[in-house]
Parts: sequence; structure tokens; C-alpha cells
Amino acid sequence: MLATEDILETIGMIREECLDIRTITMGISLYDCQSDDPGRLCTKIYDKIMNSARNLVSTGEEISKYYGIPIINKRVSVTPVALLAGGLNRDGVVRIAKTMDKAAAELGINFIGGYSALVQKGFTNGSRTLIDSIPEALASTERVCSSVNAASTKAGINMDAVAEMGRIIKETAYLTRDNGSLGCAKLVVFANVPEDNPFMAGAFHGVGEPETVINVGVSGPGVVASAIRRAGYCSLADLAELIKKTAFKITRVGQLVALAASEKLNVPFGIVDLSLAPTPAIGDSVAYILESMGLEQCGCPGTTAALAMLNDAVKKGGVMASSQVGGLSGAFIPVSEDAGMIAAARSGMLSIEKLEAMTAVCSVGLDMIAIPGDTSAEAISGIIADELSIGVVNFKTTAARLIPAYGSKVGDTINFGGLLGEAPVMPIKTGSPEKFIHRGGRIPAPIQSLKN
Amino acid sequence: MKAVISVIGKDSVGIIAKVSTECAACGVNICDISQTILNGYFTMIMIADISDINIPFTDFVDRMATLGTANSLQIQAMHEDIFNSMHHI
Repeated sequence: MLATEDILETIGMIREECLDIRTITMGISLYDCQSDDPGRLCTKIYDKIMNSARNLVSTGEEISKYYGIPIINKRVSVTPVALLAGGLNRDGVVRIAKTMDKAAAELGINFIGGYSALVQKGFTNGSRTLIDSIPEALASTERVCSSVNAASTKAGINMDAVAEMGRIIKETAYLTRDNGSLGCAKLVVFANVPEDNPFMAGAFHGVGEPETVINVGVSGPGVVASAIRRAGYCSLADLAELIKKTAFKITRVGQLVALAASEKLNVPFGIVDLSLAPTPAIGDSVAYILESMGLEQCGCPGTTAALAMLNDAVKKGGVMASSQVGGLSGAFIPVSEDAGMIAAARSGMLSIEKLEAMTAVCSVGLDMIAIPGDTSAEAISGIIADELSIGVVNFKTTAARLIPAYGSKVGDTINFGGLLGEAPVMPIKTGSPEKFIHRGGRIPAPIQSLKN
Repeated sequence: MKAVISVIGKDSVGIIAKVSTECAACGVNICDISQTILNGYFTMIMIADISDINIPFTDFVDRMATLGTANSLQIQAMHEDIFNSMHHI
């Protein structure tokens, strides 16, 4: 029998604390679309996406209504396009991006991921062409998201790719300058990228995935923050228990929705991504969780420790709640998408250096950070290399989604709107890593013993 | 199979009657009713059996929402599985 207090708790989480399912993402393999002819290839890609995901949005809406839980995004990820691009020139690859964009628009989804390349050890012809085309692809599409995996613990860091991505990000910022360099918000550089991530901009359908798959990303920073506030003063051990229990409840909803979507769409259930994904809405902030744990403001001393505990507790609670867990799984700290992070960055309490430290203990990395428009490509590559090295050495996923907003300077605010929020332009150190970046080559894979 | 119908808003005469009438029309049998105050709002929770519901459940959700709007209330029907998933192992 359902207890009234349990019912009220669930309703309160949804109504007052912004509990939602952040995304149902359908992964679709495009391997069977291979063709030498770009026109034929694009037709097959379009047909495959449309046939596979035709009912994705309506099914998501039906599940949302059935259980009374908001499902914010319905999205699609596809096979890394670089794997299909070997025989194409740059125009041919951009044509694929436009095809993906057209399919996404007709499906009614806001993002489609997979304009991606895996180059941690080196470039294929296809990955080189794709990376070269990213600025044009992002500038000429609305919904396409791009990612490049430039490092892994087993391969090390491809510094040629890191150097190239500095230039690509700058060019993307320039080509999308009329929209606050929005193209850069749809471009991520990864280390140890997961192949089943449902979250954008880094989602793609990995090479070991089935033909189609349903992955679900949960959310709920507001629920965790409220639970902590209600608990009042208690020890950190008690707090960890509370976060675990709350994460369990959040994730159970994700599991329920994932199984329902899988059944209704007749597509295998992949994973639930145990993430605390903030939005710019007040009360839906990871920074506020850290502050409710006892920090005066996110970014102050103690922030990394609080985040480490939060991230660990979320995983411990979530992993019990779902039969299959994967993706990025952890607390996200995208600056522009988190009201508390925005405030902390604006006040100067939160610096890029502190954010970098935080990414060593939580999910993903330097995410949605606006930096001055005159930042050099080498400096951007240097920041990316720093971030990827944390992932490579610690055997975890890290990433960089940096926005050198064209023409912006420190103190400006770049407004992206919607879930992407607004980003205060943050200062970076001015010393140049130019000679280091221009050496090129690969930073070797790190030793996996002697772990100090 | 059960559903939870929550009615949130300002208390007024005839709320239960209106919701009950709509439920009866849809073949939904009310099993239990409780009332409380949630964040300062009158909140009524109904547990209803939807085994013999005569319309798709998502249509029933819409009808409840429409009834709520017409009476300046928020009425939401939710399938019980979301509560079972979250609170029962």
C-alpha cells in the first residue's frame, strides 16, 4: 500500500524541487549506411534515423504523462560520423551534418549527437576530414552536436589533436559569432569518452553498442539540495547516507522511465546515467548543493572535498537503483547551466583553476565555460591538455567545452538561453603554452602502478 | 492497477464530488482519500483502481488536468508505479 507521506514526497520532488528525467536518448548505429557516394550515404542516414526514432518524442511524452514525471529532452545519438567519412571530402561530411540536422528537426528533438571522431592514438582520413569540418558543420546546423576523444588512459594524449582542437574551437567561435559563439557549446573534447553517454554535447553511439539502444539521463540537484537543507545540522557521514538515499529515489525513476521507453519503442535498454545535471532554474543547481552542505559559496576552500563526497554518494545510491548503469554518471558542473556556479564565477569565488581541481573528483570536466574571445588557440589547447591529463592519469572521463566567445572580455556575460543558460566570461592565466603545444606528438600512456 | 490522483489548491465545496463524478464516468474506482496541507496548499490524495478504466490512462490524465483548470485547482493523475519504484525495493 502506498503511504501518503511517500506520495507527497514524490509529488513535492517533482513540483517544488525540479525533479525530472533530463533525457531519453536513442542511440542508433549507422554502420549499415556506408556508401562511397555522399548523396546515397546521406539518404541512408536520414532514412535510418527517421525509421528508428520516429516514435521517440511521442513515446517520451506519453511516458511523461503516464507517470507524471517531466521528461525534458528526447534526443538521438549516432555512430561517430568519422567512421563513415573515410571516402568523403569536407563538403561530403558537412552534408552528413546537415542531414542529421534535418532529421532532428523533423523528429522534433533539440539535439542530435555523433558528429564525432575518436583520435586518442592518431587520425584516420575520415577523422581528419571530420575534425576539419566541425566549425562549418556547427555553423550551418542548429541541432548537431560534436565531440572528439583526444586522449585515453591506454593511449595517452594525442597532442596533435589537442593542438588542432584549439584552432577548431577558435574557428567555431568565429563562425558562430552572431550567436555568442554558440557553436562552441555544442563541441566537446574528451579523454576516456564513454560510448553510451545520453547527455549532449558528448553523446554518440559507440562502436560496441547494439543496433539501437535507449539510454536515460536523470537529474535532480534540487531534490538533493532540499533533502540536505531539511536534514539541518548532521555529520558528514550522515549527510552521505542522506545523499545516497535521495540519489536512489531519483535513479529509480530513471530506471522506470528507461524500461518503459525500451518496451514501448521495442529498443533494448542500455543504461541509466546517474548524473546530477543542473539547469539554470533557481533551485536546480549543483553549486547550491555544495553550499547547502556548508560552504559559504561554491569555489571557496572545501569545495573539492564537498564535491568528491557528493559525487561518490550519488553513485553509491544510484548504482543500487538501476540494473544497468553507465554513461558519465556523476555530478555535472557546467558553469553556464547552473545558477549557483554562475553566481560564484561572477563574484570571483570560482576560478577556472578551482573548476579544474573539481573535475578531478566529479563527472566530466571544464564544462560550458566562457573565456575571453582573444584567448589564443594554443592557450585553449593548453587548458584542454590540462583537463584531459586529469582524466588520463586518473582513469576517468574528463572533457572540455570552452567558449572563447568572439569579441568578449572578462566580465561580459554570454547568454545562450534555455538549458544552456548564461556564462560570465572568466579570466584565464596569460602565460603562453605555445612552445609546449607546438611540439606535437603524443603524451605517452601513464603508468598504472606506483599510484602517487 | 492503481493510480494516484492529487488535488492541490484552495479548498472549496464539492471538490471530491467533482473528481469522483469524473472518475466514475471513466470507470475509475476510488479506493482511498486523504487530505493534508503541502507547503500551505490544500492537498487531497486519492488512490484509485484503474483496472476497469474505459479510456486510455493518458486521456484520463488529461481529463483530470482539465477538470482542475476549470476549478482553479491542480489535479494530476499518476500511475502508481512511479511511487512504487521510488519508495519500495
